[in-house]
Amino acid sequence: MANSAALPAHPQGSGQAPQDGATKRDFLKLLAGASALVGVGAIAWPLIDSMNPSQDVLALSSIEVNLTPIPEGSGITVLWRGKPIFVRHRTPAEIKAAEDVKLSELIEPQADADRVKAGHAQWLVLIGICTHLGCVPLGNKPTDPRGEWGGWFCPCHGSQYDTSGRVRHGPAPLNLYLVPYAFENDTKIKIG
Amino acid sequence: MVGLYKSDFKNPVVNWIDTRMPVFTLMQKEYAAFPTPKNFNYFWNFGALAMVNLMIMIATGVFLAMNYTPNVAMAFNSIEHIMRDVNWGWLIRYAHMNGASMFFIVVYIHTFRGLYYGSYKAPRELLWMLGVVILLLMMATAFMGYVLPWGQMSYWGATVITNLFSAIPLVGPSIVTWLWGGFSVDNATLNRFYSLHYLLPFVIVGVVFFHVIALHITGSNNPLGIDVKSPQDTIPFHPYYTIKDSVGICVYLLVFAALVFFSPNFFASPDNYIPANPLQTPAEIVPEWYFLPFYAILRSVPNKLGGVMMMFGSIMVLFVLPWLDTSPVRSARFRPIYRQVFWLLVIAVLALGAVGAHRPQGIWVVIGRVATLYYFLHFLVILPILGKLERPLPLPESISRPVIRGGGPMPGGAPAKPMEKP
Repeated sequence: MANSAALPAHPQGSGQAPQDGATKRDFLKLLAGASALVGVGAIAWPLIDSMNPSQDVLALSSIEVNLTPIPEGSGITVLWRGKPIFVRHRTPAEIKAAEDVKLSELIEPQADADRVKAGHAQWLVLIGICTHLGCVPLGNKPTDPRGEWGGWFCPCHGSQYDTSGRVRHGPAPLNLYLVPYAFENDTKIKIG
Repeated sequence: MVGLYKSDFKNPVVNWIDTRMPVFTLMQKEYAAFPTPKNFNYFWNFGALAMVNLMIMIATGVFLAMNYTPNVAMAFNSIEHIMRDVNWGWLIRYAHMNGASMFFIVVYIHTFRGLYYGSYKAPRELLWMLGVVILLLMMATAFMGYVLPWGQMSYWGATVITNLFSAIPLVGPSIVTWLWGGFSVDNATLNRFYSLHYLLPFVIVGVVFFHVIALHITGSNNPLGIDVKSPQDTIPFHPYYTIKDSVGICVYLLVFAALVFFSPNFFASPDNYIPANPLQTPAEIVPEWYFLPFYAILRSVPNKLGGVMMMFGSIMVLFVLPWLDTSPVRSARFRPIYRQVFWLLVIAVLALGAVGAHRPQGIWVVIGRVATLYYFLHFLVILPILGKLERPLPLPESISRPVIRGGGPMPGGAPAKPMEKP
């Protein structure tokens, strides 16, 4: 560190450095260094933040979906924030299968009631991206392979989801993610 | 020479790297211990400022490129997207836009400092010529960058500048078509300008590297223009000039920030906020301020090829300046007549700048022609003759003498001649 002997003795007060050897010069160096660091951070932040989603992207973050054309037993895919969103019209049998599963059998235990809106159990709205490595699972059309549990089947690595979108067979570790949405009326939802 | 380097650094990690690749030793030698004349004034800040400015331009440019679209249908809107939607996009773009102006302010002062103190003279000719190369690259980069927003001034600036090459006899029109990649400034032109605008700054970095290597071989010039005679004439670059440069950088950043935050469009033309229209030329078409003197030279010559050649010649003449100036004395401080013609040159260049900003009519045509004439007379006639006729003031014995004794040239000071090392 700075050599305290090189500093001229201060006329008033103690010209001597404290016992630990720290001098006024050390303090000034630290202060200047810290200020420079704050300055660099202040300059870097706008550049870094400019890589975050821009305001027009954020402004497009909600969509409305009309449910009337979706027949029972199949689903549609809509685009929200650049992601596929599954909106599935479940049959009573599918709902029952989803509700009757014992939670202990699940990889990520979650009740079906927690994955749909109360009173609208026939509608399941999920992000259609496999939680393994991001592929889009098959299963919206009744003719698609839906896997052993009748929900979705991911063609990439064989993950399978049930009729509540819960993972039943790996390698995916988690259930299909839910999306924030609300019913505007019985036939229209707003996602986002 | 092959073999490990014997490093003096104590820190084991630094030492390990330095032994295999002595970059720390290099930095220590060239930027810390580097012996620098002790009499620099603040005009010697501008090289470091230009370096900082180049870094700012590259940093802001890289982030702008993440949001810009080089396509005639989308370029203008993507700039507006940056201004309105991208987080801090307005700041990054205004910094880049005004950074170009700041860069030319800094570099022009740097250049005129070289002219005043004779920094282009032996043995620094190559250093100077590399500087002129950097200036040319900067001009090309700035011009192509100005085309990217695809506003009216972008489009018509690109049209006019590329058409300069049509003045070349015989092959001119073919060259212009080749530059455009079509039969007018269009998408192909925009795309290649974008590509080159991204490339050239890194070429500039490379030439700056050579510029610095050459500087570190000859050593810096100084306000007295005399050679370093002994270690007493120098101080280590760090901390003395790192601190002095830091003071300059603070002032520079204050000016830069004032522009960006209070008057970001001070240097900008409102016409460039109108999308490019190939069917209508704006009523007032003027280049960016830093090109105005050259633009004025172009318009002052009533002949297409002549004007283009004079304009390019005004830069080319700088390449041979070290051989045009025949005086062995570097600093204008000791050249009473050169000091006066230097200011005449400054006035001529400023006058050309004013001429370039006005319509070529009435008194502006006359001023433009007189200033153009003086510009070339200065370099091609006055400097070669002046070196032979002028009687320089006595040079100080060494850099230390006037600093230590607090006076000008000492009575027994060396005569004007000795520029050689003792």
